[in-house]
Amino acid sequence: MPHEDYLNATYGIRSWLLTTDHKRIALLWLGSVTVFFFIGGLFATMIRIHLLTPTGYLVTPETYNRLFTMHGVAMIFFFLIPSIPAVLGNFLIPLMIGAKDLAFPRINLLSWYIYMIGGCFALYSFATGGLDTGWTFYTPLSSIYSNSAVTPAVIGIFINGFSSILTGLNFIVTIHTMRAPGMTWFRLPLFVWAHYATSLIMILGTPVIAISLLLVGLERMFHLGFFNPALGGDPILFQHLFWFYSHPAVYIMVLPAMGVISEIIPTFARRPIFGYSFIAGSSIAIAVIGFFVWAHHMFVTGESVYAALTFSFLSYLVAIPSAVKVFNWTSTLYKGSISWDTPMIYALGFIGLFLIGGLTGLFLACLGLDIHIHDTYFVVAHFHYIMVGGAVMGYVGGLHFWWPKITGRLYPEALARIAAVTLFVGFNLTFFPQFILGYLGMPRRYHTYPPEFQVLNVLSTAGASILALGYLLPMLYLTWSMRYGKVAGQNPWPATGLEWKTDSPPPTENFDVTPVVTWEPYDFQNRPDLGLTAGAPSLAPAHGDD
Amino acid sequence: MQSQLPFSPDQASNFAPHVDDLMLFITLICLFFAVAVTAAIIIFFFKFHRKSPDEVGVPIHGDSRLEAAWMIVPLILAMAMFGWGAVVYVDYRHAPPDTLDIYVIGKQWMWKAQQPNGLREINELHVPAGRNVRLILASEDVIHDFFVPAFRVKMDVVPGHYNTMWFRPTKPGRYHFFCSQYCGTNHAIMGGWVTVMEPADYAAWLSGSSGAEANPVVAGEKLFAEKACVTCHVANGTGRAPSLNGVYGAKVLLADGSTVVADEAYIRESILLPNAKIVAGYQPVMPTFQGQLTEEQILSLTAYIKSLQSQPVPATGAGIAPTTEKR
Repeated sequence: MPHEDYLNATYGIRSWLLTTDHKRIALLWLGSVTVFFFIGGLFATMIRIHLLTPTGYLVTPETYNRLFTMHGVAMIFFFLIPSIPAVLGNFLIPLMIGAKDLAFPRINLLSWYIYMIGGCFALYSFATGGLDTGWTFYTPLSSIYSNSAVTPAVIGIFINGFSSILTGLNFIVTIHTMRAPGMTWFRLPLFVWAHYATSLIMILGTPVIAISLLLVGLERMFHLGFFNPALGGDPILFQHLFWFYSHPAVYIMVLPAMGVISEIIPTFARRPIFGYSFIAGSSIAIAVIGFFVWAHHMFVTGESVYAALTFSFLSYLVAIPSAVKVFNWTSTLYKGSISWDTPMIYALGFIGLFLIGGLTGLFLACLGLDIHIHDTYFVVAHFHYIMVGGAVMGYVGGLHFWWPKITGRLYPEALARIAAVTLFVGFNLTFFPQFILGYLGMPRRYHTYPPEFQVLNVLSTAGASILALGYLLPMLYLTWSMRYGKVAGQNPWPATGLEWKTDSPPPTENFDVTPVVTWEPYDFQNRPDLGLTAGAPSLAPAHGDD
Repeated sequence: MQSQLPFSPDQASNFAPHVDDLMLFITLICLFFAVAVTAAIIIFFFKFHRKSPDEVGVPIHGDSRLEAAWMIVPLILAMAMFGWGAVVYVDYRHAPPDTLDIYVIGKQWMWKAQQPNGLREINELHVPAGRNVRLILASEDVIHDFFVPAFRVKMDVVPGHYNTMWFRPTKPGRYHFFCSQYCGTNHAIMGGWVTVMEPADYAAWLSGSSGAEANPVVAGEKLFAEKACVTCHVANGTGRAPSLNGVYGAKVLLADGSTVVADEAYIRESILLPNAKIVAGYQPVMPTFQGQLTEEQILSLTAYIKSLQSQPVPATGAGIAPTTEKR
């Protein structure tokens, strides 16, 4: 491409490793989180192959326990939590609000380096025999009895937490102070609202997991008695501390994905989103109420009945804002002008899978039902529906939607649609049988199981092989498209956000002239610049495409 | 009772039908919403498919009444789910007074159950149908969980304190139980079988083996003497410590004026952390036995102290609160 953009403005490894350009930092993140996704995915593959037979033929019990632990740690702390915010959020938030960069560009780079250091500790833990405590690190197993590499892992997660906190801080200050003229709060894209809510959780919650894991590390190293009953400690204290962060953490993982969906649906239905202020408000409501439900993970620990009643009640409340989003997204399709483009397939897939995942949360929040399904495969299915069917589909859908802006290239559409459908089918086959396994009584974290559970396990593993294909295809064709994909043009869809009013890929300073915003979000009626006039082709030609 | 839900275990306890009914209720509500939303998406997708490349949709921004409706209706349904679940759970967390008590100890990686007459089982639990059974759960090491899918109940087993769970088996048979809180290497094989027997069969099985020496009350009495508890806790109330006759289940008056019911947890705490609660009128001189007794020994002492419930309570030196209310 003849003109200068952020990709070709400067060359050399130093210009990437010492960049303060939010767009380049986003690509650094893309590389790193993809590596951890691959590692976590490898562990998942081994788990599902091992579970093909009731007695398990692939690995020893010790290894299996390390596999599911490391799968959880890699996927949650080093893939899901950063993914959308650090890749898409970093790239897009300044563009979406009309700014040149985030408020603190160097802190942005620092955030990535902190993640890399934390990641190295985690990889060291994986490489030196691994971790076998479960990603939940329950005490006293993790603080006293486990013989695995707990200390490096908790150090890695502790360090990584600061990466989250700094990113959240950066986003909040940016959104408050760097919006272009005319970009009022209620003209912000819902993606930005979602990241604002996520950032609140990152800042308020992450310190608590840091302290919780620090205490585990200290107890291990110095035989202190925070959680050890023999020294007067309480194992349940750890669970309160741990879940106080880790429940809001699931909202860190899903709110950004919801933000992505709120961008994709109006774009490919070509009409404003239904209920903008309700969707914006629901993101904040989820962030706030989400801090008050943590002990629904502890209904059978012997916690007080009054606590259990309170947390069950609040857990039902937190479901309502999510339901509001689903209804509003669905209503956005009404009287739209809808196309089948790949991002839309991902968005609809998200709605379907998040619907199942979210609704099954209602089963788990139900006290009388939880005493049966707690710690069974029902829970495993529930959170994978939300984390994978929801958050990961939102991430991959978002990558597709903004791929032209990030790389200036289009991916092969037909192949992309096939991959999206493959992902959806493979996902359901993998995880739906697990709901049934759970109600039948198969506990989670089991390397061996009674033979009557085999058929469902085989179905699940078969689904996983299809799911793997659904992930592999985009990895391949997206990489291919960076060099051989069709040149995209400024606004191929077209979409209404500010990010689409600059070149693809954007210049380093994002906008040649600071934009002045005079239009409402997702307004397809009053945007002649989108080129949607009678007779005009829907794919606007790229500027300077010679 | 045959199970009514597809894909569910046998119903073998009083809780099972309630849990299955609750499952059906929530499934139907969620299925309704899932189908409604999916149908709407599919219908809209085809009805409003883009017909020409430049077509745009109709700019409908929102509808506050619709928003209110789809917040209020789900909220009402959610409260129904919460309410029914709460009723079942509150019942589950409050064992009735007339239970058959069985002590269960979980440790890496096996279960030991102790029947009321002292008969011990490893990775097995025999219970009579039609009786309310209460399990008193203790852990020797990490957190475990005792889960019986056919009963639809589970409870964590936490080191450092007791948890209790109760159920009434309803259908004779053999049912899986599983450890249901990850506890290390052999978590997945730390399970066994619950055998529900007709009451007559259970009684026969129970007396079938000579559990005399293994009787926890007898073992506890021996320990009570061996560990010199008897030197202070004199039965007639003349010792340095309160008599333990009649104390189990009674309200004890503490030095700070409050009262506490002397249940298993109180007895255990008094042995391990004697200064946590001082009985009114007594000095804090009891040494702690933390680290000197295994969980089984504590359970034996508890069983012995429970057996003193029917012993004559001395007029002075009992520590029981003036308004005596037995459970």
